Amino acid sequence: MTAEMLVFFIFVLSIFLGFELISKVPSMLHTPLMSGTNAIHGIILLGGMLALAGAEGFIQHFAGFVAVVLGSANVFGGFMVTDRMLQMFKRKK
Amino acid sequence: MSTPAAIAFLAASVLFIVGIKLLASPKTARKGNLLAGAGMLLALFAVLPLLHGPHDGSVSLWKWFLLITGLGAGLVIGALGAYKVKMTAMPQMVALFNGAGGGAAALVAAIEFAHVTRASSLTFVVAMLCAALIGAVSLSGSVIAYLKLEGHFDKPVTYPAQQVMNGVLFVMSMLLALAMAWGSHSMVLMVLFLVLALALGVLMVLPIGGADMPVVISLLNSFTGLAVAADGFAIGNIAMIIAGTLVGSSGTILTLAMCKAMNRPVTNVLFSAFGKVDAAAASAGAATGSVKSVQADEAAILLGVAGRVVIVPGYGLAVAQAQHQVRQLSDELAKKGVEVSFAIHPVAGRMPGHMNVLLAEADVPYDQLIEMDEINPEMDRVDVCLIIGANDVVNPAAREDKSSPIYGMPIIEAEKAGTVIVMKRSMGKGFAGIENALFLRDNCRMLFGDAKASLQELVTRVKAG
Repeated sequence: MTAEMLVFFIFVLSIFLGFELISKVPSMLHTPLMSGTNAIHGIILLGGMLALAGAEGFIQHFAGFVAVVLGSANVFGGFMVTDRMLQMFKRKK
Repeated sequence: MSTPAAIAFLAASVLFIVGIKLLASPKTARKGNLLAGAGMLLALFAVLPLLHGPHDGSVSLWKWFLLITGLGAGLVIGALGAYKVKMTAMPQMVALFNGAGGGAAALVAAIEFAHVTRASSLTFVVAMLCAALIGAVSLSGSVIAYLKLEGHFDKPVTYPAQQVMNGVLFVMSMLLALAMAWGSHSMVLMVLFLVLALALGVLMVLPIGGADMPVVISLLNSFTGLAVAADGFAIGNIAMIIAGTLVGSSGTILTLAMCKAMNRPVTNVLFSAFGKVDAAAASAGAATGSVKSVQADEAAILLGVAGRVVIVPGYGLAVAQAQHQVRQLSDELAKKGVEVSFAIHPVAGRMPGHMNVLLAEADVPYDQLIEMDEINPEMDRVDVCLIIGANDVVNPAAREDKSSPIYGMPIIEAEKAGTVIVMKRSMGKGFAGIENALFLRDNCRMLFGDAKASLQELVTRVKAG
């Protein structure tokens, strides 16, 4: 099996894992969940960093820099805003 | 990829999975988010040794400077956005962060595409094209969703042959993608492709009504996840593939759950301009009856003598920022021995769970919040149903009027309660733009005014009475 095929396996299995993970979520948690998964796809920051490191020429540098800023905003903002939402869920004392 | 980096990415992926799992339960949600955040930090450090420059492999000082400045700038922007935004504007914020992720994904794909050579595997090129297309659609779509939620569009934007035009645009971008995959690796085509994708995102979201924005944001969230996964393929980063795919598939489930709550197939949300249906139906189903208004003092008495009160919050509560007042009212009523609960419609507000977040901010304990399916069978034993700034989610037309555009949508059956008190600023229509026959029912009383001021007055009256 080629490495590409192996990666494809992981991709397909991840799809099913994602389906199973959140199949029974109370609707009260939908917003934080959307916000939390939104933060997780901020992992594109890694892609931005890798792309910026390998950039050649002004345009690529610029695009890579913007990608890092956007990715970083996605990650940090995403986790912070989710935490701020969840901080507010408290049980009656 | 070196073994330590691989292990770190594996650990990060496990943390994401456990994080999402814990996010799905109220007790552990916060821990889940922190765990996923820890996984992200781990992945962030693990990628540092993998950064390679284009020629001799070393990363120049200038690039380190750019990397650190970029990270810092994003951190500041993200933190400001996350902590300065009002609770009501939360959905918009998620839309913006999502758009940022989509934009980053498209840019990363474009940069990778610039490095493509004749020897590059077709699989990688196709992955880049997918990431560029989906990322750009997600970026422009999220921006439009943001603008819609901010109220910059009054109505869904529709024009003749809209779907045909979108279809043509899509086919054009597909042809361009084919040209790039099998023939020319020109950057001019890539830029054109990105522009087309951005236009596609704008045109896709423009005709969708503001009430459907939660579904759109959720869908675009899963889009960005898929774009990130595709970038992961192209760039050869396994953590990006796993994280992106998890978001893509869990986001799809969430989107479908939201559509189910509105009893509309997702295709109906995306491809039919909601606004158009209304105009015809609203004229057909003109309800008859008269509106009976009530003053705060009388409403306070009705509430004070009730055995059981159910409060139905809607977007109006969020707009009026009256979550603290509603909590005070609930506390005052509880002191008088009234059983108070909050009935939460899955799509009340602008996002599923919007009301929960809002009420949680005012320290309303979440076991006092009851979901629609649980409250409906008990509704006829409720003495007073207090509706605060909600409209479409309590519209009986959804159950009774087959010509109504919201027919079939599950609603909170407020009309079954002994008395219904509706707090509203005016007789204006809800987000779906249709009349609400509930307001004309015999057991319904309208309490006009700003929700915050009215609630404040109710609190004072109940306390005194």
